[in-house]
Amino acid sequence: MKIMNLKRLLSAVLLLMVFNSLADAQITERAGFGKFALVGGNIHTITNGTIENGVVLINGHRIESVSAGNVVPEGYEHIDVTGKHIYPGFIDSGTRLGLIEISAVPVTVDDAEVGNFNPHMRAFTAINPNSVSIPVTRVSGVTTVIAHPTSGVISGKATLIDLFGYAPDSMAVKADAGLYLEWPTAGRRGWWDQRSEQDRTKEYEKSLRELFDFFEAAKAYHRMWELWDANPAGKKQPNRNPVLQSMRPVISGELPVIISVDRERDILNVLEWVKQFDNLNLILSSVAEGWRVASQIAEAGIPVLAGPVLSTPVRGYDNYQRPYQNAGLMAEAGVKVAIRTGETENVRNLPYHAGYAAVYGMGREEALRSVTIVPAEIFGVQDEIGSIEAGKRANLFVSDGDPFEVLTNISHVFINGYNVPMVSRHTQLYQQFIDRNP
Amino acid sequence: MKKSSLFFMILCFMISGFLSVSAQNVHIKNATVITITGDDLEETDIIIRDGIIREIGKNLITPRNAEVIDASGKFVMPGIIDAHSHLAIERGINEVTHPVTAEVSMYDVVNANDVGIYRALAGGVTTIHIMHGSANVIGGQGATLKLHYGEDAAGLYFPDAPRTIKFALGENPTRVHGQGFNVVPRTRMGVEQIIRSYFDAAIDYRRNRTAYLEAKRRHEQNPRRNAAPEPVAKNLRLEVLADIIDGEILVHCHSYRSDEILMLMRVFKEYGIENYTFQHANEAFKVAPELRKHGAMTSIFADWWAYKFEVYYSTAYTAAILEENGVLNSINSDSPELIRHLNHEAAKAVKYGGISKNAALRMITINPAIQLGIDAKTGSIEVGKHADLAIWSHHPLSIYSIAEMTFVDGIKRFDRNEDADDMRLVVSPEGDYIDGFFESGRHHDACMQDVFYLFGGKEINHHHHHHH
Repeated sequence: MKIMNLKRLLSAVLLLMVFNSLADAQITERAGFGKFALVGGNIHTITNGTIENGVVLINGHRIESVSAGNVVPEGYEHIDVTGKHIYPGFIDSGTRLGLIEISAVPVTVDDAEVGNFNPHMRAFTAINPNSVSIPVTRVSGVTTVIAHPTSGVISGKATLIDLFGYAPDSMAVKADAGLYLEWPTAGRRGWWDQRSEQDRTKEYEKSLRELFDFFEAAKAYHRMWELWDANPAGKKQPNRNPVLQSMRPVISGELPVIISVDRERDILNVLEWVKQFDNLNLILSSVAEGWRVASQIAEAGIPVLAGPVLSTPVRGYDNYQRPYQNAGLMAEAGVKVAIRTGETENVRNLPYHAGYAAVYGMGREEALRSVTIVPAEIFGVQDEIGSIEAGKRANLFVSDGDPFEVLTNISHVFINGYNVPMVSRHTQLYQQFIDRNP
Repeated sequence: MKKSSLFFMILCFMISGFLSVSAQNVHIKNATVITITGDDLEETDIIIRDGIIREIGKNLITPRNAEVIDASGKFVMPGIIDAHSHLAIERGINEVTHPVTAEVSMYDVVNANDVGIYRALAGGVTTIHIMHGSANVIGGQGATLKLHYGEDAAGLYFPDAPRTIKFALGENPTRVHGQGFNVVPRTRMGVEQIIRSYFDAAIDYRRNRTAYLEAKRRHEQNPRRNAAPEPVAKNLRLEVLADIIDGEILVHCHSYRSDEILMLMRVFKEYGIENYTFQHANEAFKVAPELRKHGAMTSIFADWWAYKFEVYYSTAYTAAILEENGVLNSINSDSPELIRHLNHEAAKAVKYGGISKNAALRMITINPAIQLGIDAKTGSIEVGKHADLAIWSHHPLSIYSIAEMTFVDGIKRFDRNEDADDMRLVVSPEGDYIDGFFESGRHHDACMQDVFYLFGGKEINHHHHHHH
C-alpha cells in the first residue's frame, strides 16, 4: 500500500514536471522590469552623437542615465552588450498594426468604419493588444507605431502606441495622435479601379466639396461653442454634435491633421487649401510624389510621413529609383521627413524602408533620425521617445550591427522599460518545427 | 507594317537609349565573382562571347572588340531568377470561367513593353516565370522569359524552357468557384476531387485518343481491311493534363496549408507526377520532412504572411527550416515591387534562421532555375552557361548594394550610368497613367487580378484587401 502510494506520488510528480515543462514551452516568457544596466555597447543616442563603449541605465519605465565608461551602481541587472549597438526604438509613422489581424477576414478588420466623415472614430479604441503581429514587429526593433484608420475622407483618429502592453491604455504614447484624412483624388486607386475618368473626376469634385463643407461646419461649430463658453448669458445652449465635437481640437490646432496624399496635383491642392486656416496643425502622409513639389512643401513648413519607400514609381515614365529617393529629396529641400511603411503584419521591415531611403540619397544619419527623433518631434513627444537620453521612456534595442542591414540581428528590445522577450509566433514556430517531433 | 515597325525601332532607340541590342563581347575585370555553384572568387575576370560565359579566371586577356568593364571592388552575381511573377502580361491573368483551364497559356499574353521589366532588370533580375493566377484549381500554362527589354514578345521567350502549369489549392479556387459561382470546389475536399477527376478523364482521353489515332492510321493505310474508327475529338484541355501525367510539364502549385500540400503530394504520387514546386507554401515548414521525402520543391515569400486566414500560421523562418530539411527552395516576388530587391528578400533567409549566404543566394538563382528546368543554362556563373549576370556595388545581401549593370545573354539590358527617367518602350495613353498609382509589394493582389469584377466589384473598397 505504501509502495503504491509512493508510486502514485512519484508519477504525479513526474506528470506535474512534464506538464510544467509543456506549459513553459507554450507560455510566452514574462518581460523583465526593474533596473537594468546595458554595459559595453556603442550608444547611438541620435540627439547627442554616439558614445562608444558606454552604459545605459534603465530604471523602471525610464532611461536613468547614458554615459561613457563602464561604472555601474549597485542593484542593476547587468546586460553585457560589448561590441554591440544600442539604438532608440524605431518608430513607424504610418501603419494599421493592431487594427487589422487578417486583412481578408472582415471580422478581424477594424480600420475602416462606414461613412465618409468619421473624426470621432478612434484607432486607440480598436487596438488589439493581442495581435499576433505585434510581437513579430517589436522583436525587429520597431517599438512604437502610428496606427491609423483608413476609410472615407476623414477616417478617424490615429493613435501612437508602444508595442508592449496588455491594453491600449498601457500601450499608448499618445492615445489620439492626429486626425487621419484621406485627401480625395481623381486618380485611379490601383489596377482594380475600373471607374472611368469622368466618374473619377465627378466623385473627386463631390468629395472635395463635402470635405470643404465639413470643415466649414466644424469651424462654425467650434466658434459657436467658444462663444457659448465665453459668455452663455442670454443664449440658448447649443446641442452637442459628437462628430463635430470631435473636430474641435483639430480646428483649434491642438490635434494635428494627417493628410494622406500622393499625387503632385493633390499635394498642391492641399497646400492651397490649408492657407485659409489660422491654426491647422498639418502633417502630410504617404506623399509618393512629394519629390515633385518638395520645395513647395518645405516652404509651407509642413512635415511629412513618407512611405512606403519600397513601392513602385507612380508614373510609367518615372525613374525606377524615385520611390527610394523620395524621402531624401524632400529632406534635402528642407522638409521634415519621417518614414512610414504603411504596413500591418510586416511593419518589421521599417528598417529596410529607411535603409533604402538612406542608400538612395537621404544618408544614413538622416534616415536614422527619420525613424526615431523626427517622428517623435512631429507628434510632439520628443521629450518622451525618439532618442537615448536620460529621463526619456526606455524604448531601445540592441543589435549586432547596422540596423538597416537585413543581416543584422537584434538581441534585446526594451519598451517602456520592459525587457521584452525576443519571442513571437515566428520564433515559436521555428523552435517547434526546426526539429519536428514527431 | 514595315513603316510602323521601323518607327517602333526608332522609338526604342530614342526612348531607352539602347545603343547595342546584339550580343557583345564583354570582359569584366577584377570582380568578386559569386559563382553560386562554386566558391566565391576574388579579383576574378569573366569573358563573355556570343552571349555565353567563355572564361572565368584571373588576369584574362581581353578578346578583340570586347567591352572592358572594371569591376574592382564590385560583386558579380548570376542574374536573379523569379519563379513567380505576373510582370509583362497583358491584362488578364485569370481565366476564371472554369475550375480547370489547362489549355490557356501565358505565352499568348506576353506584354514585352511592360516598364516593370526594366525595373526588374534594375534589381539584377534576368529571368522570370510568369504564371496564370490562382483562381482555378488547374490554371493556365506559364511562360519562362528572359528580360530582353526592347525585344518583342517572342524575343523574351526563354529558348527551349520546359513547359509549366499553375495549380491552385485552398481559399482562392474555393472562393472563386465555390462561393462565387456555386460550383465545386467550395472546399479543400472539392479541390482534391477536381484534380483527381480531371486526371482520370485525361488518362482515359489519352488512351482512347491514342487508340483512335492508331485505328485511323490503320484505316487510312488499308481502308478495306480496317473499318473507320469512331472518332475521338481532340481536347486541348485534356491533352495538357495528360502531358502533366506523362511528366512533360512542370507543375507549380499555389498552396499555403500543410494539409493541402500533403494532399497534393499523395495525389501526385498516385498519378506518378514527380517534378513539381509548391508556390507560396507558407506552411511548408510544418511538413518539410514529407516534402523532402517526396522530392517536392518550394518557392516561397521571404516574409509575407497574415494577409489571409490560410497564411496566419506562418513563420519567416520557413526558408531556414526547409534548408535544414534538404528541401530545394526558392524565394520569389509575385510582385512588381518586390522583384526589384529579391537579393534583400534572400537576405531575410539568413537573418531568420541563420542559413549560409550561399544557401540564401541559391534561393534566387540556381534553385529557381532548377524549378523551371533551366539550370543547365542559367542560374550560376560557369563556363558555357548563358551570360545572365549583374554587377553589384556591394555584396548583394547588403542593403547598401545597388545593381549597376545587368546582362542578359551577354547583352547589357540595364546600366545605371545610362539610366534615363523615361524607360518606356511604348507610350500609350491606354497603358500610362499621367495621374498614376503606385504599388508597394504587399498591397498587390497579383494572383487574383481580374477576378473581382466578376463579383460586381464589391470586393474593391480599398487598397488593403489583398489575397495572394
